[in-house]
Amino acid sequence: MRCLAILLSLAIVGGCQPQVESNIPVEGLVYCSEGSPITFNPQLDISGTTADATSHQLYNRLIDFDPQTGKLIPSLASSWSVSRDGLTYAFQLRKHVNFHHTAYFKPTRSFDAKDVVFSINRWRDPNHPFHQVSGGRYPYFDSLGLRQIIKEVNLVNGYRVEIKLHYPDSSFLATLATDFAIILSEEYANQVMAEDKPELLDLRPIGTGPFKFYRYRKDAYIRYLRHDGYWEGNDSVPKLIYDITPRSSLRLAKLITGECDVIAYPAQTELQVIEERADLKLEERPGLNVGFWAFNTARPPFDDPRVRQALALAVDRKTLLDTVYFDTAVLARGLLPPSSWAFDETLQDTSYNPVQAKKLLQEAGIEPGFSMTIWAMPIERAYNPNATKMAELIQHYLAEVGIRASVISHEWGSFRRLLLQGQHDSVLIGWSADNGDPDNFYRPLLSCSAIASGSNRANWCSPEYDLLINQAVRNADESVRLGYYQQANQILAEQMPLLPIAHAYRFQAYRTNISGLQINPFGGISFANVAKEPN
Amino acid sequence: MLIAIGRRLNLLIITLFILCLGSYVLAFLFPGDTLTNLSGTPPLSADQSHQLQLMYALSEGWFSGFWTYLKLTLSGDWGVSLNSQTPVFDDILYLLPASLELSLYAMVISLLVGLPLGVLAGLKHRTYTDLGILSVSLAGFSFPVFWLSLLLILIFALQLGYLPMSGRISLLYDIPYHTGFILIDILQSDVAVKDAALKDALRHLVLPTLSLSIVTTALVIRLIRRSVVTVYSSDFIKAAYTKGLSHSQVFWRHGMKNALLPIMPQLAMQFTVLLTNAMIVEVIFSWPGIGEWLIQAIYQRDYPAIRGGMLAVSAIVVTFTISVDLIVRILYPLNKRQFYAQA
Repeated sequence: MRCLAILLSLAIVGGCQPQVESNIPVEGLVYCSEGSPITFNPQLDISGTTADATSHQLYNRLIDFDPQTGKLIPSLASSWSVSRDGLTYAFQLRKHVNFHHTAYFKPTRSFDAKDVVFSINRWRDPNHPFHQVSGGRYPYFDSLGLRQIIKEVNLVNGYRVEIKLHYPDSSFLATLATDFAIILSEEYANQVMAEDKPELLDLRPIGTGPFKFYRYRKDAYIRYLRHDGYWEGNDSVPKLIYDITPRSSLRLAKLITGECDVIAYPAQTELQVIEERADLKLEERPGLNVGFWAFNTARPPFDDPRVRQALALAVDRKTLLDTVYFDTAVLARGLLPPSSWAFDETLQDTSYNPVQAKKLLQEAGIEPGFSMTIWAMPIERAYNPNATKMAELIQHYLAEVGIRASVISHEWGSFRRLLLQGQHDSVLIGWSADNGDPDNFYRPLLSCSAIASGSNRANWCSPEYDLLINQAVRNADESVRLGYYQQANQILAEQMPLLPIAHAYRFQAYRTNISGLQINPFGGISFANVAKEPN
Repeated sequence: MLIAIGRRLNLLIITLFILCLGSYVLAFLFPGDTLTNLSGTPPLSADQSHQLQLMYALSEGWFSGFWTYLKLTLSGDWGVSLNSQTPVFDDILYLLPASLELSLYAMVISLLVGLPLGVLAGLKHRTYTDLGILSVSLAGFSFPVFWLSLLLILIFALQLGYLPMSGRISLLYDIPYHTGFILIDILQSDVAVKDAALKDALRHLVLPTLSLSIVTTALVIRLIRRSVVTVYSSDFIKAAYTKGLSHSQVFWRHGMKNALLPIMPQLAMQFTVLLTNAMIVEVIFSWPGIGEWLIQAIYQRDYPAIRGGMLAVSAIVVTFTISVDLIVRILYPLNKRQFYAQA
């Protein structure tokens, strides 16, 4: 009721002249975030809220993704090399990188190889003294099975670290660049261990990032101060404050009154209000996600590629894009979004062709009046903000080619359970990637082993395809990998286990006096070098 | 006199006792494990569970269980919040000043505005002034607090952009926590931009205080008006005029004193209405007080916090009401006949 009233009020406000007179000192930036972080160490949590709050503010990783190109760029590791067999990774570390100097920790040395070995071994080695601290669960690394891939982590000398793998994995570097692979301070860990409060390592954090921790009150605020000795140089605002505001309408209202400078996750319905105001800026970039319509290939007649082709041809995806995403997404031609380096420019799009669809159905022996189910996921996600509406549109298109479709939806928990049991004919769902590596799309969505783990919604298994993506990941050369992925795309286009629909944009809304803020499609928000002009 | 004080104190102690009993019973009535509802720590092992059993003396019958609970409550051990795992009592102590501060300022404003207007309306009984004031107060009285708050936000924060709409002070000012009263804390702090911080805190106070005080002001006006009308129609005022006293003499020596005295407890009682309304206002203005905290606790089914919050708020209301009553009795002792309402 209250939210509704605020929303209504916002709708009215849309056209008014802003007269915000602010006497707030400009040396600080307020970011209205959507929730409290679970911990201040993103190794321990997979949620975007934790990563947004900590990863790029407090810490650095060995390597980073360039937010524009998605290529790997040096961070704490100034350079790296991979042995010819793809089993040994050597990292040359940056010198003179300072850890945060705070009231509770005075570093006596700068960053070196010991910190890297410590940070990786903490989640890798179950016998590490810090492994069990704060719960002992490292969900991101566990889900990738990284502990089984890494053989050993060796300190070569003060600024050189070597990581040996059991078998080659060309997505390994990308994994090290994700929000979760941050570098902690070994010296600080020793200090808190000596104080017999090891959990402070994750609650009162120390890192090398552009901001240092100052104060935190759950469900209220996080205060960060600028880290003046930051190795990359620092033109950021002196204070960074997270104002924790779970309600999206309230975040928008605070953005309008100037109480927030930047807000997290504006809702799709609020985007127009932001766009219409001169003092607010809405930025959008394609995100690393894909929304798709998967056919359950384990069930006849969907085991016939001709039927899947026909269904794909019968649907006009441009209309879906307009009505479901309100122009906040790009049409998907394959699994990978255009921002990925492995995006295949030559990929042919499946066009809308009901005549061809009817012909294919006839060939496959599908009689007019055939009935099937479309499962629509019950929750909103960026990659599909309204699956039910989309399912109803598809229902309409299928009726035109003589197929009677019914839309099915369950509560999210049972929805996923029933999907896992393979009860669906087809399902509208999607995928958000955690890093820029193409393997993060190809493997979990369609590999044979992903059927068991539940992310292969098409229950589609092709040894040929698996071979291609395995060869791609065992090879370090990007152009060679691209060749394999192009072949895999070819198989997908012919087999059509799923119809990619859209890559949704990511949005960021802020006041126009903020500069230097970039959307990072490969992970959490970063406030490094973000500046604020006086109003 | 002593008897009167004794009776009030007795009432206070008994009421607080019943409140404690009520809050203890709640722990049994809430769904889930009683021990968890009491302590806020879901026992991880049988050993831990046994320790909690001992701590709350649950196996020794309900009487000694309640006795133990009473002792724990009085010593400030109210269990921990299920959600944040922080001690409930500390949370309440931390948040309560914010709510009290808001209610206090609203009360002051209500009295400053309501008193003169009420007296004026009472003196000009049945004139256009009276009717005007009365209808405005009726309107103010009829506004639901949440609607008024939203309206004020809509106009002054969103449309005009004059005032902020959430919190006690811009988070850019880092004011150390001493008393919990933001204005006092600012004055005590050694931040460089004290003036700006003070101005900012006052700007944050305007809208919530206003939305809170409008309803109370209306109530105060109506109370005082009625009392003034009654007093001015009584015989002793006529007698005073007959004696030849001037208007101001009658007003100050006889009118005011006799009009205000009987409604003092009722005026003070408005503070408890304020405290209740403050909870709603706190949620709307994201004011970090006990109301917002309690509503969050209710959303999250945080039973120890709900129990503690209920106990704290009701204890404050009861204590405040009875103390005001007591103070009025001490300051203006009535004779025994009046006290027992034998007119």
